[in-house]
Order: sequence, then C-alpha cells, then structure tokens
Amino acid sequence: MAQNGYITLQYWEVAASALLLVITAGLALLFQAGLARSLVWVAARMVAQLLLVGLVLKFIFEATNLWITLAAATVMAGMAMREVMRRQQRPLAGVWRWLPGSASLLFIGVLAVLYAQLVVLRPEPWHAPRQLLPIFGMILGNSMTGITLGLNAITEAATRERAAIEARLLLGCTRWQAIRPFAAQALRTALTPIMNAMAAAGIISLPGMMTGQILAGAPPVEAVKYQLMIMFLIAGVVGLAALAAMIGVIWRLTDERHRLRQDRFAQVG
Amino acid sequence: MLEVRQLARPGLLHPATLSISAGECGVVMGQSGAGKSVLARAIADLDPNEGDVLWQGQSRNAMPAPQWRRLVAYVPAESGWWAQRVGEHFVHPDNADDLLTAVGLTTEAMNWSISRTSSGERQRLALVRALAMQPQALVLDEPTSALDASSRQKVEALLQRLLGEGVAILLITHDAAQARRLGSRFWRMEQGRLEPEQMPPEL
Repeated sequence: MAQNGYITLQYWEVAASALLLVITAGLALLFQAGLARSLVWVAARMVAQLLLVGLVLKFIFEATNLWITLAAATVMAGMAMREVMRRQQRPLAGVWRWLPGSASLLFIGVLAVLYAQLVVLRPEPWHAPRQLLPIFGMILGNSMTGITLGLNAITEAATRERAAIEARLLLGCTRWQAIRPFAAQALRTALTPIMNAMAAAGIISLPGMMTGQILAGAPPVEAVKYQLMIMFLIAGVVGLAALAAMIGVIWRLTDERHRLRQDRFAQVG
Repeated sequence: MLEVRQLARPGLLHPATLSISAGECGVVMGQSGAGKSVLARAIADLDPNEGDVLWQGQSRNAMPAPQWRRLVAYVPAESGWWAQRVGEHFVHPDNADDLLTAVGLTTEAMNWSISRTSSGERQRLALVRALAMQPQALVLDEPTSALDASSRQKVEALLQRLLGEGVAILLITHDAAQARRLGSRFWRMEQGRLEPEQMPPEL
C-alpha cells in the first residue's frame, strides 16, 4: 500500500523478509554448525523485543503525558548508567565506581535533550515523546560509549603510566598538569567513534536514522537536516560527557597534595 | 638542613627521623624491599604519610606540594617518560647543557628519541632533568645502578660539585664504596625501620 512514497508493510511482507534468514538457519543445520538454535532464538527474541517496544511507544505517543514520558526516559537513563558502570575495566572503589560516569551521563544527557526540545526542534508540547525519546536514546547511547572509552583510557593510563605521571609531579607539575597528556589522549579515544561516524557519513555509510527516514518517505534533504542535527548534538554531548566523567575520575585518582592515588581503585578479586 | 621528623607509613615505614645539613650527603643502605624507596617517596610526599619534613626550617606542609618537590627533588630508581623527544621532558631545558656534559652526554641528547636511549642514558637524563630545576636538596634512589664505571665517576663528580655548592643530598645506594666516597652520615633501613649506622667498612 503506497502513500506519499511511504509503503506500509503488511505482516506477511515482514515475514517474507525472514526467508533468507530461514535459509541460513537451514544451511547451519545442514553443516551442523551448532548455530541454528541460537540463530532462531535471537531472531525470535528480537521479534518479541521490538513488538513490545512498538506497543510501549504507541501507548506513550498516544498518551503524550509529561510524567509517562519522564518515566520512560528514566528507565532509559538507568539502563545506560548501568551499562557505563559494568563496562569499566578498572573501577574506582566505593561510590566513585558509578558516580562520575552516571552523573555526567545524566546531567549532560538531560541538558542536551532539553536543548534539542526547547531550542532546536520546539515540538508541541515541548515534551512530545515522538521527538524527545528517540533523541534522548541516541544521546544516551553515544555518550555511554564515549564515557566508557574515556574512563577506561584514563584509568588505564593512571595504572600503566604511573612512573611517567609521578615523574611529572616530581618536576613540580600540579595533578592536573601531570595528567594532562594522558587526559588528552583519553579524550581523543572517547571521540574516535563519533569522529569516524562523521567522516564516513554519506560517503561510506548512510546513517541509520537517515536511511529510516528516507525509507519512510521523507524528502532526502529533510532527512539530511535531521541527521546533521543529531550528529552535531551527539558529537558535542559525547565530548562534554566524557570530559566531565574523566575530570571526576582524575579528581578522585589524585589528591590535594598532588599525589597519584592508585589506592583508590577498587581492589581486584 | 633537610629534617625528616617521625615520617611514617602504617605497615611500611616505622617513624623515621634524620637530618642532613646543606652541603652534606647522607646515605641510606639496606636490602631490597627494606623500605628505602618508601622513605624517599614519603619525603617527596608521593603517598599519604604521617610526620613532617622540613627544608631550612620550612615545613613542606606549609607550601603546595609542587613547590616542595621543586625545592627537594626526588629522582626515583625507575625514571618515567611520556613524550617522544628527550627535550620535551625538561621544564627548564636551558639549564641542561652544562649538566648534560657533566654526566658524559652531549647537548645533542635533547633531540634524541626516548625509545632509542639506553637505560644508562635514561638514568642520567632523569638526574639532569631534576637538577635543571635547580633544587636545594636531592633525594636520589640508586642514581648510578645502570651506569658503567666511567659514567658513574662523572655522576659522582657532579654530585660532589653540588655538595660544594651547598645542596643537601640523601643518597640511597647498594654500593658501599660509593657510600664511602660520597657520604658523611649513614643509616640502615631494615624491615621499615631506619637506624643510624657507621660508615661501611672497606671490602
């Protein structure tokens, strides 16, 4: 059924698209790759997950209620914060295990989504979930990656480069001066994925969101404008969030007497 | 005078007290793992510790740690490097020329790549890097352990010159002959306890 170039999919059409996957599963069975079961299982799980999320979004969009949207955003932020905490290779002890990553993710993420809603997109009402939730999700997902990469790089440096950092301290550097070259390197690491995405956008890859909009019938230039807005937001937010989280961790990994405090890492084992 | 008063780290260093006058070299000897480097790190305030250290009557607690570390320079046994070129590791590269020649290196060394230096070269460069700050006291942890006899002599001659200029030196060494050549006061570190000691006998 075609309408303004947007083709509404029937359920049987969706099922037809799974044919290639069924063939793959059949071949896997044939070669006894031990893959068929898990392949079918993840595919089935994906169907359940996406149908469920579709229903939840339908409900949230129809409600367009500030509190319901807020509840959904809270769940998303909670998942992202948990992921940041879990992916730390060398966590700090105590509350510092989660505080710098979570606080910067939440603070910068909320700031950015409010900025997008109130200044850039200005939907009616301002908290319209159709704009707010996908944008918040993209911001969270990318910040999560940036924070994780930045924190892992800086804690790795504080472990491996102890002699170099202390050599700088011994030459009369403050704690911030002493760790600066390593913080700069960590920030570069945190920004690498989004820089790569920006460099590749449109040439090597068509960004997923833009592809989706074009498939859904949006004029290409309109889709590009949306994609640019998202890229700018994400790149800015990733840098800010990673930097804020790193500053928190560096502050904790050093002290007011300008010492490197490796004893503040969580004990291993 | 460099005064160490009741400097301690629970479980690692029993309260240690020592003093070294300006122009004097105090030597701390003792087996590996006895706590010599713990003492040196505590003097430089690199780890949380108890007690006090003073230079010319001024407590380190009365000044920011970076200022203290420029005044009383600590050169660890293991040197740290972070940039590619040697010269990038110097806060005061202008002061280095004379020091480089004194330890048997050339001024060309400032352009060397760190990855191509030998451990003996890095040991001398770390010393020069600290001395270029023109500190008033030195804490040296095994400053000649990676050096051949001729380089060691040059470093010792430089240290003698600094002593003549009124620098106080706390020297940590395994080398009894070196202790005899440079030191005038001696301590022994054993299981975290610092005890006064006689000049080590000639072998």
